[in-house]
Amino acid sequence: MSPLSLAVRDSSTMLRRNLLHARRYPSLTLNLLLTPVMLLLLFVYVFGDTMSGGAGRSAYIAYIVPGILLMTIGSTTIGTAVSVSTDMSEGIIARFRTMSIHRGSILLGHVVGSVLQSVVSVLLVGGVGVAMGFRSTDSTVLEWLAAFGLLAFFALAFTWIAVGMGLGSPNAEAASNNAMPLILLPLISSAFVPLHSMPGWFQPIAEYQPFTPAIETLRGLLLGTGIGNNGWIALAWCLALTVLGHRWSKAQFDRDPE
Amino acid sequence: MTNPAIAARGLRKSYGGRTVLDGIDLTVPEGTVFSLLGPNGAGKTTAVKILSTLIAPDAGSGQVRVGGHDLATDAQAARAVIGVTGQFSAVDGLITGEENMLLMADLHHLSRSEGRKAAAGLLERFDLTEAAKKPASTYSGGMKRRLDIAMTLVGDPRIIFLDEPTTGLDPRSRHNMWQIIRELVSDGVTVLLTTQYLEEADELADRIAVLHGGKIVAEGTAEELKQLVPGGHVRLRFTDPAAYQHAAGALDETTRDDEALTLQLPGDGSQRALRSLLDRLDTAGIEADGLTVHTPDLDDVFFALTSTGSVPTQSKETVR
Repeated sequence: MSPLSLAVRDSSTMLRRNLLHARRYPSLTLNLLLTPVMLLLLFVYVFGDTMSGGAGRSAYIAYIVPGILLMTIGSTTIGTAVSVSTDMSEGIIARFRTMSIHRGSILLGHVVGSVLQSVVSVLLVGGVGVAMGFRSTDSTVLEWLAAFGLLAFFALAFTWIAVGMGLGSPNAEAASNNAMPLILLPLISSAFVPLHSMPGWFQPIAEYQPFTPAIETLRGLLLGTGIGNNGWIALAWCLALTVLGHRWSKAQFDRDPE
Repeated sequence: MTNPAIAARGLRKSYGGRTVLDGIDLTVPEGTVFSLLGPNGAGKTTAVKILSTLIAPDAGSGQVRVGGHDLATDAQAARAVIGVTGQFSAVDGLITGEENMLLMADLHHLSRSEGRKAAAGLLERFDLTEAAKKPASTYSGGMKRRLDIAMTLVGDPRIIFLDEPTTGLDPRSRHNMWQIIRELVSDGVTVLLTTQYLEEADELADRIAVLHGGKIVAEGTAEELKQLVPGGHVRLRFTDPAAYQHAAGALDETTRDDEALTLQLPGDGSQRALRSLLDRLDTAGIEADGLTVHTPDLDDVFFALTSTGSVPTQSKETVR
């Protein structure tokens, strides 16, 4: 068997294992959706009128959904960090390491599984948004595809970071704590309020982090607002985080286990 | 024995400043059972982890070959011929026993039908067919161990590492495990097992290495090891205190136990030694109520070799 087909075959076996876990224990995945859905409901129905500065609830729902979708990815990848950390403490990983299989397949299975979970989660939360009145009427098919591609790339980047966090954490609790920034970052981005409404000293923090350009790009693709440089900045962030997360994860995984 | 299944020279491993393995040599011929015996912390698990490619030995170590493959350059080829059951359960608790087996079959690149056949056969052999559809996390300790071994056997490994395979098992499960190991060996599989139970090494192993403080302090068959340690004796038991006193006075070199009215005389339990002892008793007119012969067992060997301080060195003369 060629190295590539070995990698594909073993990775898809590992993916099947991870999807089996997710299917057998769906509450784990669904719990992670609670935060973005709760925030969506809270901000639209409770704070909506105030937040929109008089423009109304339906205008605010259009503003907030792109950020919530990216936050959903952040939330889903916390689950990835936890499950990677839990998995690494299981004896079965030691077994895998002593088998003649593609070494990277163990992590690849987690990554692909997590990206698929992120996509499903985004569709579910997006469905809630649509039910609440979110519409993306002006977008072309190309813009839709681009939006989907951005979400998938963003999920890939944050999944690799989360895998690194999971590998670096001694147990599930620590992994959950270490992965907290993945859901805190969107709270201090342009997800809920525009940058210019924030205090001046805080604006750079919100601006120079991966969520804000990705949110602005997604907003532009779905609602037709201006994207400007944000598209390229978002892609650069995704690429950089993917490479960094992959390197970091691989270095940790290749180390001898305890 | 031109091509041993496992051959390691000068295996070293230390963590921080702590030396776990201090240069051990191992040679395991094909189709035999080799047992690493030692107390907790002797380095047994570390040795297995290195030989099973899980961790790398320290830089100063010699060559390690498993199945003829040098672990430093071709670990992946060695992995293709080994099966490992570690000390801690290596089953996926979130999925069923059957799914665990099919996972192994997929990772060995068996076809769907081959995989199903292998899984069903092994589940049957290890008496897990009934529990096959239940999550492995619900299994008892013994069942998990059996599933663990069954998973190791998918793909017919030629060399199997078992790290304390019976620790935590009840006596019945332990005997079942021994039976399984004997069956493997009769199929020509090489087994390296670690244990802290002397009885287990005695029962199963062709050769035993006693590991203590990161060094092999003795190696040989169970019989050879037993010869290393004095401790054979004959015990005479009396019921009449007067007869006891008389015997104690008449015999030399005895160890007295006045409470139990027993006398202990050194002796290796050979026919010749026993006859001469009986002759001495007859001559002195001693009539004991009971006579038992104690030969040294592996317990004596183990305690003698692993007690800190005086480690008797193995000399060729003592090994018959």
